[in-house]
Amino acid sequence: MELLDNLALGFSTAFLVQNVLWCFVGVLLGTAVGVLPGIGPTATVAMLLPITFNFEPVTALIMLAGIYYGAQYGGSTTAILINLPGESSAAVTALDGHEMARQGRAGPALAAAAIGSFFAGTVATVILAVAAPPLADVALKFGPAEYFSLVLLGLIVSIALARGSALKALAMIALGILFGTVGQDIYTGTPRFTFDERSLYGGIDFVSVAVGLFGVAEILRNLENESTRSAVISKVRNLWPTREDRRRLVGPILRGTGLGSALGVLPGGGHVLASFTSYAVEKRVSKRPQEFGRGAIEGVAGPESANNAAAQTSFIPLLTLGLPAHPVMALMVGAFIVHGITPGPNVINDEPALFWGLIASMWIGNVLLVLLNLPLIGMWVQMLRIPYAVLFPMIILLAAIGTYSLNFNSWDVYAIVFFGLLGYILIKCGCEPAPMLLGFVLGPLLEEHLRRALIISRGDATVFLTRPISAVLLVVAVAALVVAVLPTIRKRREEVFTEEE
Amino acid sequence: MRRTSRAAAGFIAAVGVLALVAACSDNGGGSGNGSGGNASNYPNQNITFVVPFSAGGPTDTVTRMIAEPMGKKLGAQIVVQNVEGAGGTVGAGEVARADPDGYTVLMHHIGMSTAPALYANLDYKPLEDFEMVGLVTEVPMTVVARKDFAPATFQDLVAYVKANSDKVTLANAGIGAASHLCGLLFQSAAGVKLQEVPYQGTGPALTDLVGGQVDFMCDQTTNTSGQITAGKVKAYAVTTPERVKSLPDVPTTAESGMPNLQVSVWHGLYVPKGTPQEVVQKLSEALKVALADQAVIDQMAKLGTAPVPATDATPEAHRAHLDEQLKTWAKIIADAGVKAS
Repeated sequence: MELLDNLALGFSTAFLVQNVLWCFVGVLLGTAVGVLPGIGPTATVAMLLPITFNFEPVTALIMLAGIYYGAQYGGSTTAILINLPGESSAAVTALDGHEMARQGRAGPALAAAAIGSFFAGTVATVILAVAAPPLADVALKFGPAEYFSLVLLGLIVSIALARGSALKALAMIALGILFGTVGQDIYTGTPRFTFDERSLYGGIDFVSVAVGLFGVAEILRNLENESTRSAVISKVRNLWPTREDRRRLVGPILRGTGLGSALGVLPGGGHVLASFTSYAVEKRVSKRPQEFGRGAIEGVAGPESANNAAAQTSFIPLLTLGLPAHPVMALMVGAFIVHGITPGPNVINDEPALFWGLIASMWIGNVLLVLLNLPLIGMWVQMLRIPYAVLFPMIILLAAIGTYSLNFNSWDVYAIVFFGLLGYILIKCGCEPAPMLLGFVLGPLLEEHLRRALIISRGDATVFLTRPISAVLLVVAVAALVVAVLPTIRKRREEVFTEEE
Repeated sequence: MRRTSRAAAGFIAAVGVLALVAACSDNGGGSGNGSGGNASNYPNQNITFVVPFSAGGPTDTVTRMIAEPMGKKLGAQIVVQNVEGAGGTVGAGEVARADPDGYTVLMHHIGMSTAPALYANLDYKPLEDFEMVGLVTEVPMTVVARKDFAPATFQDLVAYVKANSDKVTLANAGIGAASHLCGLLFQSAAGVKLQEVPYQGTGPALTDLVGGQVDFMCDQTTNTSGQITAGKVKAYAVTTPERVKSLPDVPTTAESGMPNLQVSVWHGLYVPKGTPQEVVQKLSEALKVALADQAVIDQMAKLGTAPVPATDATPEAHRAHLDEQLKTWAKIIADAGVKAS
């Protein structure tokens, strides 16, 4: 079996002492930067890149990859504990994860995230080993028209993120898309909604929006009255998932892994959709959709699995085509180049030890992450016992430092304040920030691909329907919209009728 | 329980302090460092190299290559910081306003000479607001197409795009990117107007080219060599006077009958206007040492490029080149009628 030979080669490379060691350093650093709000894997990898110039190429890439997927892992911790998502994927985890923490079930939430991530990481690594080249060819079939339809579908299914009214969720998505349009138009360079402020030319930073809408708004809400706060501290129940929890974990983890693996392969933003889509799917198939948003463990396990699977399979376009799907991957292209390896389709043949060694190291890295994170759960949960008078200022300080260190742009810090207040107002109005955040993340992608598809087709909008993959995605999107909105309208009518009586 | 909670609080506090230290030590870009002062003991603290493009891009890669040997020569730590946005003008503007003490250095490419023509309200003047340190490298560019694109040679390509100008799509990595400039030059040399498809960076543009979503583009060897040698894209020509060593089979544009399509992405180092001459000289000397470093030469060769000759790694040569390029591009961009803002 050629595959077994390849894997043997991979593991013999990955198990070299220095490779295991640096893999550990990578996932440890990744977990740390994932836990800290604001300081992301991109900045970390950029800072560490020069250090790796003196390493063997495979060692360097193993460590850099470890930082990337380690950060995906660590990001869920702060999302669950203090409602501070550092990356778009963790925002979904915060929905039910933080709700669980408020109910004293932070332990099971963290454990669900860790177990889901480990399983997903393992499966996705196998997919990477078995099917990378053919999957990459499929990914290349996705042009601008297909991405547009995919993102549109993602936005529509995300209505499911909302606990309440679907129409309010749609409104929030639209608001998010509007915030996403701030900055220079990528096609003409025209500044939009920047008020002549050069710092806004690059758009609003995602971290500012997420930290404001989720973290700061949550803190403001907590400051409202004493009683809701003490309730959180008093009951930290079990640390580990109960038998019932474990039973409820299986389905979401399997589905999340499948979804995430598939979406992660697409280099044009597929990995962004993974956790959102998984959440929507779980809510749809669940027997108790009313629990979602109120601490459903499925809402943690599914998206976390999807997110980690996508983090692994997003290496497929990089390794087989030399095409980066994420800024961290772009840095890894730089690392390849510095080590004299031209990233591209030749890597798998010219550098088999590197290619398979990196894949094998991802599995080792996932094992290390579980060993690292499971024992830490107890410590993380204790964090919730820190008095709020200490915890809140600390969160805000850390968030401000982290956000500033991303771009050294003080506007990013002001934006936290703005979105914190906005998030608080929205909560008070019964509008939820999650769909807005999704609109903010996906809106620019939607616009970019829509306009690019139309530029290439020279204004002919039928491309979305004549290209088969795109057409199918649009049909599914329409169906999802009907299913989501109909019940609300019906209920509204019923309400109106009841009032009339 | 009380103790664990304190331990956790202590942990968070420690992490916070670390983050604070990290944030402060990198903080060279906009605010500058007031304490440097005296030119004769330069450098006595970290030097920040500002790259106005994203981490991992070709300009970033080149900067990180020379940062280490330059730092060794100067006896100081060089920190590379990416300040992205608006075709490199955000980072350049920040360095223009930084303290002129030599602790904030800008690495910029050909975009320095095109920005005044592209951006109507640019907040700096390339020749007046900077001191030039020296040129670094000139990266050749390649004209590449999706692998099933009809034309077989560069001559065929020119004839084909002229005949099918209403169908052909020309990708680029965004307004003001090197690929955009090369595309403009191609269109003006061939006398056609094509449908341009901008992307956010070379990565996605190349992805769609390999996937066959767009027809052709012109980009740096740094990005295209791998795909060319793997046969995932078709290479028509290189835009330098001589063939590129790492791509010996690809003819030059001059060989292919378009001698006026000559463009390479030159890079240079800048410090704010008013930086003491002594400091500029020290940086320039360190640059020369770095460019003569065998490891740097080897790394650049793999990107299909090479360090500039020592005579060009000087403030004088750099200023002359920038002056000439500003004029060249002002005309090309005005003729093409392109504006970025």
